[in-house]
Amino acid sequence: MVDLVDKAREIRVEIIKMLAKAESGHTAGALGIADFFACLYFGGLINFKKEEPYWEERDRVVLSCGHYAPVQYAALALAGFFPIEELGSLRKLGSRLQGHPVRQIKYFGNNDKQLPGIENTGGPLGQGVSVAVGMALASKMDKKKWSVVCVSSDAEQQEGQTWEAYQCAAKYGLGNLTFVIDRNEIQISGNLGEVMPIEPLKDKLTAFGLRVFEINGNNMVEIMEAFGKGKLFPGQPKAIILKTMAGKGVSFIEGNYRWHGRAPTSEEAEKALWELK
Amino acid sequence: MNLVNDLINVERKATREGFGEAMSLLGKKNKNVVVVTADLGESMKVDDFERENQNRFIQVGVAEQNLMGVSAGLALSGKIPFAVSYAVFNPGRNWDQLRVSVCYTNANVKIVGGHSGVTVGPDGATHQALEDIAITRVLPNLMVVVPCDFEQAKKATFAIASFKGPVYLRLTRPKTACITTATTPFELGKAQVLREGKDITIFACGSLVYEALLAAEEVRGEVDIEVINVHTIKPIDEETIIRSARKTGKVITLEDHQINGGLGGTVAEVLGEKNPTKMIRMGMKDCFGESGEPGELLAKYELDKNGVIKTIRKILND
Ligand SMILES: [Mg+2]
Repeated sequence: MVDLVDKAREIRVEIIKMLAKAESGHTAGALGIADFFACLYFGGLINFKKEEPYWEERDRVVLSCGHYAPVQYAALALAGFFPIEELGSLRKLGSRLQGHPVRQIKYFGNNDKQLPGIENTGGPLGQGVSVAVGMALASKMDKKKWSVVCVSSDAEQQEGQTWEAYQCAAKYGLGNLTFVIDRNEIQISGNLGEVMPIEPLKDKLTAFGLRVFEINGNNMVEIMEAFGKGKLFPGQPKAIILKTMAGKGVSFIEGNYRWHGRAPTSEEAEKALWELK
Repeated sequence: MNLVNDLINVERKATREGFGEAMSLLGKKNKNVVVVTADLGESMKVDDFERENQNRFIQVGVAEQNLMGVSAGLALSGKIPFAVSYAVFNPGRNWDQLRVSVCYTNANVKIVGGHSGVTVGPDGATHQALEDIAITRVLPNLMVVVPCDFEQAKKATFAIASFKGPVYLRLTRPKTACITTATTPFELGKAQVLREGKDITIFACGSLVYEALLAAEEVRGEVDIEVINVHTIKPIDEETIIRSARKTGKVITLEDHQINGGLGGTVAEVLGEKNPTKMIRMGMKDCFGESGEPGELLAKYELDKNGVIKTIRKILND
């Protein structure tokens, strides 16, 4: 049995290291949701084959809030999709670890520029939510068993496109689709409740036809339980609201919106890594 | 080229009807073809496809951003989705989704924009897409196709379904002249010399190719016009454009679209760089359209046969 708590800690360490080296990027969101990514890739929530990243029967993980890229890159590397040393190339010229994750289909020949495990191109908020709906529709159309997990941020719910996607998921009864929403209460220019309130989020999602679970997103037992409960509703798309602490694990980053869109300096990284030991 | 024999007494059918017929056939032939639409299935003529393939017809309602994103997700799962709506919305409203979820990703989505150009008519300027060629042809990986009539729309639909990669297909609402036939050749990316001439070249696309042919016929004896149907705006057929421009030395472009950024812009870029040629761009001159019958609008904005003849005289006398 994998120690999920330790995996989450490893993910956080890699996030800090790669962002400090890149000298730019988004820190708080990635750190806050690391516990969920540990559950996702190490807790058995999804089926995948690291040696065959685009195996047809795999479950799809769509990262819609592309600025969370470091957490997915760290989790994929730790899960063995690509060498962990490659994390050091984040945001550098020629890297497969672009500032925001990229999926690029190549129809002829090998696609050696593709970072294994990435399912979608994410960045402009809201887009991945629709892409996830399209994937889930395809799976359902072909009566496949694979399912889709879509990760979006709380501020992403301010985008109209997310609601277009939810109504569609509900209409088609996409029980194979789980929307995971990271409720860390911050966004780039301030606290979410001040920039643009999204309350009552749970009621809104419920009204849009989703089966909603609201949990402590930094508690792995609750995460695993929510996914388990979701299986009880096979004909309905699920939403799991993860109430997380932005910047979780590093005291001077926690809860501070100013860490949404910045990377640690080398001194800050040293302090953070010491705290994460 | 096996065009119709009589250009005056032509049959009239809409390009969207050709598209709809092709989709129905494709639905039977290729089980991976999926139609996604935003409340406009019937007027985009995919109602037959819907009836015949209910499991492969996705209705997202009036939500064009989701239309594009869902199509990208289907394509990433091995489907060949046709994202179908009016051009003002698709790619007008969902250009960001087209750029990132489809083009950057190189997802195999066919974007079908109907009701393009002033020939939409009475609905007025809000619904007349006059910028769609410009905003699509700047996107890497995206092919841009503008069929000139019913038969060509049909052939183009089959061709883009077989082509791997994103394509924008531009369609129109009214019944327009059928000038090509079932046996007229069609190849993506290859412009067609529909009429050879030595004095002036008219590069046209869409339903206005017909107006160019009519004008060329009317000035026959006085001036010898070459008419080229540029049905693929991207990738542009540079070779055919340069060869003809070298021959005639005078070029007119004609499109139901803004003169900036569309076919005229494309041809100007090619010739400006490789073979500077005297040139006049015909199209909407940096203005919006308005309500009216298609014929009235083409006359008012001088995009019909008479407008073309006027421009022919102008470029001759300049
Ligand atoms: Mg947030």
